[in-house]
Amino acid sequence: MRSATFALLLLLAAVPAHAGSDGQSYDQISRGRYLATLGDCAACHTVPGGPPYAGGRALETPFGTLLAPNLTPDRETGIGAWSDDEFIAAVREGQGRNGHLYPAMPYPYYTKMSRDDVLAIRDYLATLEPVTNKVVANQLPFPFSMRFTLSMWNGINFTSGRFQPVQGKSEEWNRGAYLVEGAGHCGACHTSKNFLGGDHTGSALEGGVLQGWFAPNITGDPHVGVGGWSADDIVAYLLTGHNRMSAATGPMAEVVTDQTSQMSPQDLQAIAVYLKDTGDQSNPAPTPIAASDPVMQKGQAVYIDQCTACHGAAGDGIPSLIPSLKGSSSIQSADTTSLRRIVMEGARSVATDPAPTGAAMPSFGWKLSREQIAAVLTYIRNSWGNSAAAVAP
Amino acid sequence: MTRRLPPTDAVIIGLGWTGSILAHELTGAGLNVVAIERGPWRDTATDFPTTYAQDELRYHVRHDLFLRPAQETMTVRNNGNQNALPMRSWGSFMPPNGVGGGGVHWNGQTWRFLPSDFQQRSHNIERYGKNFLPDDMTIQDWGITYDDIEPYYDRFEYLCGTSGIAGNLKGVLKDGGNLYEGPRSREYPTPGQKQPYGPTLFAKAAIELGYKPFPQPSGNLSQAYTNPLGVTLGPCTYCGFCEWFGCGNYSKASPQTTILPVLVRRPNFEARTQCEVLKINLDPSGKRATGVTYIDSNGGTWEQPAEIVLLCAFQLFNVQMLLWSGIGQPYNPSTNEGVIGRNYSYQVTSSVNAFFDEDKNFNPFISSGAIGTCVDDFNGDNFDHGKHGYIGGGYMGAVQTNGRPLQSTLTPKGTPAWGADWKKSVKQNYLHTYQTATHGGCCSYRDAYLDLDPTYNDAFGRKLLRITFDFHENELKMSQYMTDRLAEITQKMGPRHLEKNPRAGHYNSTIYQTTHTCGGAIMGDDPKTSAVNRYLQSWDVPNLFIPGASAFPQNAGYNPTNTVAALAFMSGDAIVNQYLKSPGPLVPA
Repeated sequence: MRSATFALLLLLAAVPAHAGSDGQSYDQISRGRYLATLGDCAACHTVPGGPPYAGGRALETPFGTLLAPNLTPDRETGIGAWSDDEFIAAVREGQGRNGHLYPAMPYPYYTKMSRDDVLAIRDYLATLEPVTNKVVANQLPFPFSMRFTLSMWNGINFTSGRFQPVQGKSEEWNRGAYLVEGAGHCGACHTSKNFLGGDHTGSALEGGVLQGWFAPNITGDPHVGVGGWSADDIVAYLLTGHNRMSAATGPMAEVVTDQTSQMSPQDLQAIAVYLKDTGDQSNPAPTPIAASDPVMQKGQAVYIDQCTACHGAAGDGIPSLIPSLKGSSSIQSADTTSLRRIVMEGARSVATDPAPTGAAMPSFGWKLSREQIAAVLTYIRNSWGNSAAAVAP
Repeated sequence: MTRRLPPTDAVIIGLGWTGSILAHELTGAGLNVVAIERGPWRDTATDFPTTYAQDELRYHVRHDLFLRPAQETMTVRNNGNQNALPMRSWGSFMPPNGVGGGGVHWNGQTWRFLPSDFQQRSHNIERYGKNFLPDDMTIQDWGITYDDIEPYYDRFEYLCGTSGIAGNLKGVLKDGGNLYEGPRSREYPTPGQKQPYGPTLFAKAAIELGYKPFPQPSGNLSQAYTNPLGVTLGPCTYCGFCEWFGCGNYSKASPQTTILPVLVRRPNFEARTQCEVLKINLDPSGKRATGVTYIDSNGGTWEQPAEIVLLCAFQLFNVQMLLWSGIGQPYNPSTNEGVIGRNYSYQVTSSVNAFFDEDKNFNPFISSGAIGTCVDDFNGDNFDHGKHGYIGGGYMGAVQTNGRPLQSTLTPKGTPAWGADWKKSVKQNYLHTYQTATHGGCCSYRDAYLDLDPTYNDAFGRKLLRITFDFHENELKMSQYMTDRLAEITQKMGPRHLEKNPRAGHYNSTIYQTTHTCGGAIMGDDPKTSAVNRYLQSWDVPNLFIPGASAFPQNAGYNPTNTVAALAFMSGDAIVNQYLKSPGPLVPA
């Protein structure tokens, strides 16, 4: 009798407790699935090729490795036994059943999401096949393995609170802001981090380094951001991974595959409208390094021999195939982490259904010296109207 | 022990051009397709990147992209009285290997055959009389017309983005294109490649002699192009590393640059590389293929059952697989009966070397595999053969395929082959030498055929394929006549010295000519003299389709790829729209 009561209590706990909507309605579940896409939950919670949302994917952080938990409705190893409020606390406040979540879980962004949206995700996750997969999330070394330290982290880096629409801005702008700052959590990569891994809130979306890549400035800055892109350029990039001058690669290739290419055109348009209205839209470009500079001369020689076959003598590339270097904000970014990496190791552009080519750049690390790579990058960053600081060898 | 895998709808042997095209057609129709390829997976940026794709020693001298003879080779002889010996290093042709097959390392020369080529026997008999053809010549009509295949030529050209100028647009002749070509339903997808100095001089000389020059249709693109599948190719950079090389910058049409990016996204497609098909399996009746047996790189043997088998290997290996699998009656030259191995043919090429003074600088390194100016006045039956005593012909032209440093260093006859005087001559002539060429067809004959060698086995204990082939008088006459005409045009370009190299003597398998080996499982409308019907469906095993140049009853005076691919599209169309609705013979035997 006693055990039966206990089981009944557990069952009660698992029943979605929110009134006013049917957690099993088609509308609610399909909305939840779309919101899970907006949140790109699968990026961390699904091992590529593995069962959806069964967790276990390793996330490399500057502090060590974390494994993303199992989100399937399995009662023992997933979230089947969680209450709605527990789920909401985890998503929006970083408060898990077993203590603080590590902020690799982007709750500092998800905190802006509405309760309805988070519960729709919950209702969608409840439809998945339960997978028994026990994940020990915390693989961090001491002292980061001590979860209680996260309350201090939150005190410094976390502000709880829902998204507040900005009066005077359009509905579309506010939708874009909600997506970028909330569910989309663009700043998780594109905002630089302080020594604790929290956002530098004063330079939101102005670019950040992670996993050996520089996620570029995506504000409306015309020189190093997306100010030079039309809203259509931004939509095309997010939808197909390619636009008339650029292509997604590295971690952004995965974001396009799992997240942005699955978004509605209206939401992508809203993101474009919002992004173009952020940042310093009148940031002046620096004066380019003179073509007569010896490093520029050396860089030009390397460029002509190694790069023109694909990127062209004028640096303008081939639309849908080879990115343009001319006018590229990534090329002119202050941080050159991605540029060096791509030259050294090569890079593959994302393939999507509308843009399936997926062309790749070969590696030059075996062929060019550090000096040659620095020189050619300096040349590329200061030719055809581009301007940026020289790259040190 | 052979382990049996779950059945699939269709299994493809060999993932080159025809395998990729058919995999795309069949997966598009919803079928589950498994492609089995004995070579490696090949990807542009990983396997032939711009950073080292132009390595002449690796790719041209050391045959990096080709099949290794130790894995599979063939024996060769000129006639039935000789003992055939195995090829231990590739010579006159280069058997492809790996995903993309010959499509990775072709030159990109994208020709359509002439309308009369598809009726070569009946057309020539009608025009010149039955006695005009030698008794031992076994040429046949193809069982299709140019009009039948035109829509599929169009599909392949638009898949590739072929660069050219139409000469016959829906029956209206257009200056600047090939006025002899069959009517095409629309313009080429991209304009002809810009012509360098040599082809420009050749065009001027040809016009002076009354001929009709035009830019060669090219799979190395004149401009960027996005094909109907959504895959984008870049413009050719004229680097001149095409034939025997992979293209590093996505500008040569290949399965990699046109189809595979779409195919690999399809969940109903799977490729198993470095897996060698041992044979096609038949049911006890021998009239139905049940799948294939293959061996993987671990030495494991697997049976892959399938409803449809598509034999998409290189021409020679298609014939070999049929002989190994006991499909179709092997050809017997003494009785002229049987079909597998029948009508093996080749290509008959020749050249003219012209040495100019230093005022003519050809910059031969500005080149691409199919950049050239050609004339078609001596191809097929474009002229009256009555007084010449042979049939057929070929195109000729100034095609600037390369100026590579190791092996494209022409010197006048009499120059030492090495040492200081050779170097001096190379230096003197490199920029000021031009080679023009003819590309002639090859008829089929009773004594030119393929069978299994009685002596030599391959690494798996299977008999090697034996090639019995020699040039015949018809082709040698053709080569002499065409080379003379070519020399007249070349002479008009103003060289100081000119050398003619018509094809002469016996076939020599050690000297590179072309990889255009043809026939052995030919198409036609009579099961007694052909292995496959007009849809490339085996007469004997109706759920087996055999695309490739193996289906050519004889070879025309053009490079074969466009016709090979168009036939594959035609076959795919028939499978999807006819066979799947009613599996069985598509043509009554």
